[in-house]
Amino acid sequence: MAATATNRKNSPSIDAGELDKFRAMAEEWWDPDGKFRPLHKINPVRLKYIRDEACEHFDLDPATLTPFLGLTVLDVGCGGGLLCEPLARLGAAVTGIDAVSRNIEIAHVHAEASAVSIDYRMATVEELMDEDRQFDIVLNMEVIEHVADVDAFLGACGAVVGDGGLMFFSTLNRTAKAFALAIVGGEYILRWLPRGTHDWRKFVRPSEFTRGLAGAGIDVTGMTGVTYSPLTDQWSLNRRDLDVNYMGCGVKAP
Amino acid sequence: MAAPHPKDSTIDVEALIVGAGLVGLTLGSALAGAGLPVAVVDRADPATIVAPEFDGRATAITHAGVRVLQGVGLWDGVAAYASAINDIRVSDGDSLLFLHYDHREVGDEPLGHIVENRYLRLAMFDHARSLAALNLLAPMEIVEITRAPDGVVAELADGRQIRARLLLACDGRNSSIREAAGIGVTRLPYNQTSIVCAVFHDLPHNNIAHERFLPGGPFAILPMKDVDGRHRSAIVWSDRNELVPALMALDEAAFITEMAPRFGDILGSLELAGPRWSHPLSLLHAQSYIGQRLALVGDAAHAIHPIAGQGLNMGIRDIAALAEVIIDARRLGRDIGAPDILADYERWRRFDNMVLAVVTDVITRLFSNDIAPLRAARSIGLGAVNRIAPLRRNFMRHAMGTVGDLPRLVRGEAL
Repeated sequence: MAATATNRKNSPSIDAGELDKFRAMAEEWWDPDGKFRPLHKINPVRLKYIRDEACEHFDLDPATLTPFLGLTVLDVGCGGGLLCEPLARLGAAVTGIDAVSRNIEIAHVHAEASAVSIDYRMATVEELMDEDRQFDIVLNMEVIEHVADVDAFLGACGAVVGDGGLMFFSTLNRTAKAFALAIVGGEYILRWLPRGTHDWRKFVRPSEFTRGLAGAGIDVTGMTGVTYSPLTDQWSLNRRDLDVNYMGCGVKAP
Repeated sequence: MAAPHPKDSTIDVEALIVGAGLVGLTLGSALAGAGLPVAVVDRADPATIVAPEFDGRATAITHAGVRVLQGVGLWDGVAAYASAINDIRVSDGDSLLFLHYDHREVGDEPLGHIVENRYLRLAMFDHARSLAALNLLAPMEIVEITRAPDGVVAELADGRQIRARLLLACDGRNSSIREAAGIGVTRLPYNQTSIVCAVFHDLPHNNIAHERFLPGGPFAILPMKDVDGRHRSAIVWSDRNELVPALMALDEAAFITEMAPRFGDILGSLELAGPRWSHPLSLLHAQSYIGQRLALVGDAAHAIHPIAGQGLNMGIRDIAALAEVIIDARRLGRDIGAPDILADYERWRRFDNMVLAVVTDVITRLFSNDIAPLRAARSIGLGAVNRIAPLRRNFMRHAMGTVGDLPRLVRGEAL
């Protein structure tokens, strides 16, 4: 616990109140019908986007089972490892970092049971930057809306992307529609997530994300909305609707 | 918690297939061919399974089934032993009315092929052994299988264990995996038993299959490859349960004498071309195709009347659908045992199989009798289908297996 406290003190980008909220939910990460059901439902859509964009960028064959062999991946705020495990199966050498020690423990135990090998560390992206680590692909997914200092955080994320490497990012847009759907709908009506999971004021607009990443040396090359259909209970990519959930991809110029 | 095992005693794969029959080996070849590490385990010795006396049956493989076998790389080893069906003639009792399906109405390809199971098995074992990602463990007894939220573990009789993400039950109509999983089945007995054998006949069959609806049950004549210059057909003779033991006990001459009026004199004189087998018939359909990290495939999920020659073909379509959902998910790096992936498979196949099971059931019950009004209705029905070309073409496409929401392998595309 002492290590956690030290880490928090040394990591200005992590908001202490936010950490406590996720810690309470950590055990349920891997139950597809548990509290993280929306993440499990949305995961195949995110994976397809990541796989297709990365295969395109690095000229890899998405029909093989291990197209990412030889690539290094960093997942910032990896949680229970919902993205780390699939990317490791696709052949990447994956490092997952999270500032919540319990998440790292859960992720580690689960990876072992799933027979996938992943380097999980309780660390912040600022620490990896200080170690001069760089990766071919950096994932910055559903983290920024929980971060205290957005610019400092994006700067560190940009620094750990290798030249010519990719960054994937996702968050919730700061629109009235996002407030209605994600907070009122998701947390209060559908009870997908515990109340208080999100703070609407911390949602980031696509233009703000793009500007922040440009400052970190990342050129955003594409963005897409991720929309939910209540009729089919399915998520899908929708390039025209970035109003609520959206994700994107950027390149670090060599 | 099981006792810890030394590292080399654990076999890590993604899919564990139990059953190295036609379904298990085809599924294994499809998955391993796409690069997925699989283990195929069977308690029987492959040498026993391919011996001529083990299984003398021949199997009808529809046009769609052939495409799937081509897609998974199995057809090349089978083609030399396959006899095309270019025409199917369906008749009702001794009435002259018959339904005539000619493949030229729906394109250049044969409606299907007849292959002896033995050659299918030989080709499948050969191919399975050539795949780097396929670990064939046969003969090998499985002591215990544990399915848990985070994976499947099978303890083998030799002390090793297999760890997998997904268990695929290809262990036949009496599936012990299905039973252990507590998945119930719907069963309907037919009070019919099938006698299966091959006959030599004087005249060439011209690649025509015959299906005769007789009061005791359907009688099928299926064109096989000539052997040693002699013309040959496979017989699937379904008759009332109580008659079959007596028929099986007859010597060859008396058996042929009994068969001749059913066979008709279209192909000249007849001679048995091997032993006879008999199988009691019943309809069986699993109430669910899936469980935690489990999917039932082929006869483990459904067994139907052989009347339409669809048994293995239903299994092949299961394989095409299941391999597609598994490989698509795995190409995203997903855990192939995830519940939504298995639900996609069940949704895709179970309704389709149930419709086919019900249709064959209705046809069998409708035709297996000698009640005058039903015979009259049947004659009108067959005659009508024969006269209405679009309806006939639709029936033919069903027989070929090329209708519905088709998996890529069935459409002739790569997995």
